[in-house]
Amino acid sequence: MTRNRQWMVLSLLLVALGGLTFAYKVVRLGYPVLPDETGEQWLVQARVEIEPVKGPARASLLLPVRSTGFTVSDESFVSRDFGLTIDEDMFRRQAHWAIRSLEGDRVLYYRATVMKDTRNQRFANKPDTPAVPELEEPFASAMADLVEEVKTESADAQSFAAEILDHLQNSPDDANWKLFLEDVESPLEHARLAQTILATEQIPSMLVHGILLKKDVQRAAIHSMLAVWDGEHWLLFNPETGQQGRPEEFMIWWRGTETLAGVSGALINDLQISVKKRMRSSLELASRRTELKDSFIGRISLLHLPVQTQSVYEVLLLVPFGILIIVLLRNFIGLSSFGTFAPVLIALAFRETELVKGILLFMMIVSLGLVFRFYLERLRLLLVPRLAAVVTIVVLLMTAISLFSDRLGTETGLSVSLFPMVIISMVIERMSIVWEERGAMTSIREGLGSLLMASLAYSVISIDVLEYWVTVFPEVNLIVLGLIVALGRYTGFRLTELIRFRQLAGRNP
Amino acid sequence: MDSIVKRMRSNGVLGLNRRNGDYILKMNNRKFFPLVDDKVLCKERLQERGLAVPELIAVASYMQQAARLGELVGQHKEFVIKPAHGSGGDGILVIKDRKSDYFVDSDGNLVKPADLEHHITNVIGGLYSLGGQPDVAMIESLVHFDPAFTGLTYHGVPDIRVIVYSGYPVMAMVRLPTRESHGKANLHQGAIGVGVDMATGITVGGVSGNSPVSLHPDTGSEITGFQIPHWSRIVSMAAQCFEAVELGYLGVDIVLDQTHGPLILELNARPGLNIQIANRRGLRHRLDAVDNLGELQERPEQRVEWACHTFGDPQSDLLTQAPW
Repeated sequence: MTRNRQWMVLSLLLVALGGLTFAYKVVRLGYPVLPDETGEQWLVQARVEIEPVKGPARASLLLPVRSTGFTVSDESFVSRDFGLTIDEDMFRRQAHWAIRSLEGDRVLYYRATVMKDTRNQRFANKPDTPAVPELEEPFASAMADLVEEVKTESADAQSFAAEILDHLQNSPDDANWKLFLEDVESPLEHARLAQTILATEQIPSMLVHGILLKKDVQRAAIHSMLAVWDGEHWLLFNPETGQQGRPEEFMIWWRGTETLAGVSGALINDLQISVKKRMRSSLELASRRTELKDSFIGRISLLHLPVQTQSVYEVLLLVPFGILIIVLLRNFIGLSSFGTFAPVLIALAFRETELVKGILLFMMIVSLGLVFRFYLERLRLLLVPRLAAVVTIVVLLMTAISLFSDRLGTETGLSVSLFPMVIISMVIERMSIVWEERGAMTSIREGLGSLLMASLAYSVISIDVLEYWVTVFPEVNLIVLGLIVALGRYTGFRLTELIRFRQLAGRNP
Repeated sequence: MDSIVKRMRSNGVLGLNRRNGDYILKMNNRKFFPLVDDKVLCKERLQERGLAVPELIAVASYMQQAARLGELVGQHKEFVIKPAHGSGGDGILVIKDRKSDYFVDSDGNLVKPADLEHHITNVIGGLYSLGGQPDVAMIESLVHFDPAFTGLTYHGVPDIRVIVYSGYPVMAMVRLPTRESHGKANLHQGAIGVGVDMATGITVGGVSGNSPVSLHPDTGSEITGFQIPHWSRIVSMAAQCFEAVELGYLGVDIVLDQTHGPLILELNARPGLNIQIANRRGLRHRLDAVDNLGELQERPEQRVEWACHTFGDPQSDLLTQAPW
């Protein structure tokens, strides 16, 4: 009896140990249970590629200013050999790079870590009243008509600006508007036109430029908005839609009519702004707190490992979850597969290819492999050389698929290399034997069964939260181990046995 | 579904998980597994105990031996090639005859010597062994089954599977080869399993795959109510295997040879559960009955007597009350 209870004690201990460590980290060290969105950070990088022209070269770049929505927490410049100075005032910051002589193309980097900031920031000082623009005929009278029209439809600066943007968008057929809209194409030009109209009513306005921090992008687009002074506040308008208010993801970079980067004695070859989401800041906060507290338990997380190692362990630590699924499928449902844990390895490969493409690639390789295997059977090769031949064929097939898909310009085929080739070869070998001994149907059915198990395992290990958990809370695997131990003592019926032995479920056999 | 589980449990149906966890893991000591998993070793062991087995003609352990087929099989016209570590009947090749240079398999197909050699190299290479370990091919004499079975079998040799628990024969079935099973007596390859009354050795209804049958699909003969010859010797031999290999939960496969009588074909440390369907009974009540004995009887004859008495079906009423 003692041994009968031992597994239960062990299982409970493991689950408790894992659960308590998890709880300790969450409650005492403040690690977030779920990957939280509020504390997210962005890595913003501006990359300026310049080409020498003659003499000393200068380059300048406007830097993000503190404003409502986001705040720059950390920034750095990479510009070897260049002298760097930064101009800074309340509402404008600019970096200046200078070098006496520029030889060859150079790349200048500006990197900033940007965090969400919910505090309201003053946007700009109270502006001066703009001068009324002096226009020639026929523009002057058209403008007067146009302003009159908009004025009757609006009550204050805010609605006036909104009406202007609305008209710019929706009444291009009206003769007055048409006159102004003739040369106007880009949203930026729309905004400039709106500024001119606002100025005739002496309403201060300015252009505001920035980027959207929504997802990782290599080349972020610059979006411009129109800021209008209503007497007390700056109001932001989308010049294209007329919609008022700053979109949540919009990070204001600079304002006014300046361009983002400028050069003298050089040419700008390329200017690229890239955006990358980073690990949650509350997580960083928690791990920084851990370091301060010098807590041993808090150190049990992959966050302290180098990034590449982290991603390797992330995959490794997901394996037990896949295996848990296999245990359930085999001992509770009663499914069987070629190779006990082969489906988990296939599922790991699916992580790179995505499910549907992964299944197609897998079926393609296995069926082509089977064709070759049947041919090899006729050559009467000995077992080990034959297996070796199958492995080699699988490798060649994988290469062929990669080359072919590269030619077609799809990237899916390239990820085929992550398939476990030895496992696939064994599946091919087993399938061909079952094919000969028990028939094609059995073989295909069992092959599809393996694929089904792989898909189910994949659907579990591809849950985002799990990936986060194994990185931050590797101890969840103790819980998995506890569960596996407990499942190991399940001696009840398997689901398929209810069908298999259904005749024995009679009342009185 | 819950009630199905309950009824199956009350009927004593044994599932794979419980078989593995409560019987094989507990009753079968790992160190004795090689005795049954290696058919050559097993044969020697049984012979030492004076138990009858089919004659071993040769063992091929090296690839080179496969090429010298003549030396291996000599003048034998009929023989069976088996992987010593095979399972589930895979890799068994039955040769019934020779015609000039060719061999004839159980289906009557001609087999080239090269095919035979290839088969032997596959066996030695470990194609059919558990975990792909290198194996040896054993060649043993073909059993000529007792003519009593003529109407009940299609090619191949029918065999009798007895489950021996702690030395007590608790349940038995006859496995009848069919066209579908290619003369092999393995249920998952399409052979028919027929339950046997422990007391009398009379068959009590069959199963093909997982569904019940009462006629042999190829010969059309009635498969129930058939008296298995040499029944008492069969159960007694099965019971003695316990002493030979010391496995508490054991499947004993016995064939009836025309001239030599019952021969032990092989032992199985992980016998399947279809025997329950063939007998239309669960195993657990019988296993529990043995467990409840407390002290086990030492002499095989005593155990056989107790088991046949306890598990025998006095009315053989299964035929009349079959629920389907």
